[in-house]
Amino acid sequence: MTQRPPSRLPAIAPAPAPVRSLISVEYCFVPGSPSSPVRPPQPAKTAEAAAIQVSHLTKSFGPRLAVADVSFSVARGEVFGFLGPNGAGKTTTVRILGTLIAPTAGSAVVAGLPLGPASAAEIRQRISIMPEAPGLYRRLTVTENLEYFARLYGLPRREQRIAEALAAVGLADRARDLTGSLSKGLRQRAALARSLLNDPAVMFLDEPTSGLDPVATHEVHGLITGLRDRGVTVFLTTHRLDEAERLCDRVAIMNTHLQTIGRPDELRQMLFNRSLTITTAAPLPEPDKVFAGLPAVQSWQASSPATPSADGPAGYLLAVTDPAKAAPAVTRALVAAGADVLSIAEPRHTLEDVYLELVQDTEGRTR
Amino acid sequence: MSMSAARIGAIIRKELAEFRRNRFILVTASILPVVFLISPTATILATKATALTTVLRKRVETGLFLPLLIPAFVPAILAAYAVVGEREQETLEPVLTTPVTRVEFLLGKAAAIFMPAVGISYLMFGVFVAITQFAASPVATAVLHAPQLPAELVFIPLLAAWTIWVGLAISARATDTRVAQQLSVLASLPLVAVAALMSFQVISPTFEVVAALAGGLLVVDALACFAVARVFDRERLITGTKPTGEGTAQQRYRVRGA
Repeated sequence: MTQRPPSRLPAIAPAPAPVRSLISVEYCFVPGSPSSPVRPPQPAKTAEAAAIQVSHLTKSFGPRLAVADVSFSVARGEVFGFLGPNGAGKTTTVRILGTLIAPTAGSAVVAGLPLGPASAAEIRQRISIMPEAPGLYRRLTVTENLEYFARLYGLPRREQRIAEALAAVGLADRARDLTGSLSKGLRQRAALARSLLNDPAVMFLDEPTSGLDPVATHEVHGLITGLRDRGVTVFLTTHRLDEAERLCDRVAIMNTHLQTIGRPDELRQMLFNRSLTITTAAPLPEPDKVFAGLPAVQSWQASSPATPSADGPAGYLLAVTDPAKAAPAVTRALVAAGADVLSIAEPRHTLEDVYLELVQDTEGRTR
Repeated sequence: MSMSAARIGAIIRKELAEFRRNRFILVTASILPVVFLISPTATILATKATALTTVLRKRVETGLFLPLLIPAFVPAILAAYAVVGEREQETLEPVLTTPVTRVEFLLGKAAAIFMPAVGISYLMFGVFVAITQFAASPVATAVLHAPQLPAELVFIPLLAAWTIWVGLAISARATDTRVAQQLSVLASLPLVAVAALMSFQVISPTFEVVAALAGGLLVVDALACFAVARVFDRERLITGTKPTGEGTAQQRYRVRGA
């Protein structure tokens, strides 16, 4: 098993600043080929470091293909976002990795154990899964619910573990309430507390902030960050792309096939042409002369306003190979040409742009 | 991973806590035994002292038959709800993500239903015997010393076990709680017929007959337990779909009790 700090649950901390990747990971994107194996098994830094290693995982329900030849790996202590539209196979993948259902083909290693009937119960001992529905016994109190699961995990010091889990999700003051009397958001928190009980090496969280208000969402984000700091691997399934971008070291986008995988900023760079947008106080008399031959500038076109007036601001979009190299040269050229530069910026694409580009592209081809 | 008594105990504890909190379960589980107690007891108490011994004996025998209906019917409803009910309230998947094995899960569920069902049956039987001893002493003493008394004591848990395993099997396959409960009650009827034949001495409950029937029922209960474990399939329960495809014979997690 992997070595982790002592099993003390992280207290809720303020949500972190947007997380950038801590781990350099290779990725492979094959645009326009959803039916081909998108990527080979992705090696983690070392075999021991991989908390999850998935190789050519496939799952069919009768004639319906739910997951097709998916391969990836998740490093220990990584927050891994698993994105995709409804019916993309995200939950099915989580259920396979959680030993709830068997793959039709392919293999995986979860928490250091190969997926299979002999190791299923042991894998479940080392991981936890928080399904989308809280799945709490409504006639039992929050504590009774957690106690039940603590006993199923065979945990020592149950009372202490339960108290820590409840404190971690900010639910200590509702411990004696019947879960049936809790709001949806509080039930979601109780379910999250339940998934913390066994101090898992790998946590699968399916829409953990679904139904939570902004404050609770903020707290859960802090909790996930705290888990990562403790070396817990978090496999996060979410539709909230801002959440994935904020929390995840890497994201995978699924649509039955694995569409892409990588750090959010890498995906942006890979998917969208790099460019600079320039706004000048008035249209350039001869833009070709200004932009031609500049280092790292490939081409240019007029942008907004579409039909610049003679005395109004004008916009230009430059395709560049390296914005950091192109921007100073462009600025100097504009100044030399006597232009009044209002702004030079590199357009920033969000993870949502990446997601929509990939998913809509796939769905367009499917249709 | 070996079978854990602690996990089975956890399921029993949780189930009993839920029973206690659910008035509907308590009321519906209590009505039938109370009726089965009041009805024959009132009949016996209303019998005049001058009544023929054969009449009194018949009434005591009827009274002895009714407690056998309790383990045949009361657990059926609870067992039928046990799996499909959890599935409907979306609590099944979180439980199945824990290390609990299907055998532990089923044994816990079965024991949690078995204990109150048998307890209530014995209680009603004991109350009935006490009242008949007091009110119709000569006849009751004769009847209660016959093989019917040990037969009752043996058959109550065996009938309950059968009803529970059948109910759990139906529950593990059903997609709707109401259908599961109706099927479970129907599945209990053959047992009622056997119990009736024995109580009314159509099948004479000699020691040999009782032992043979009890042994047969014990074997059937053990086979039922095994069969239920076989039909309990995590994948089907979670996805509602039968596992298909290459490799499933080796990879199905229901193999080896996982």
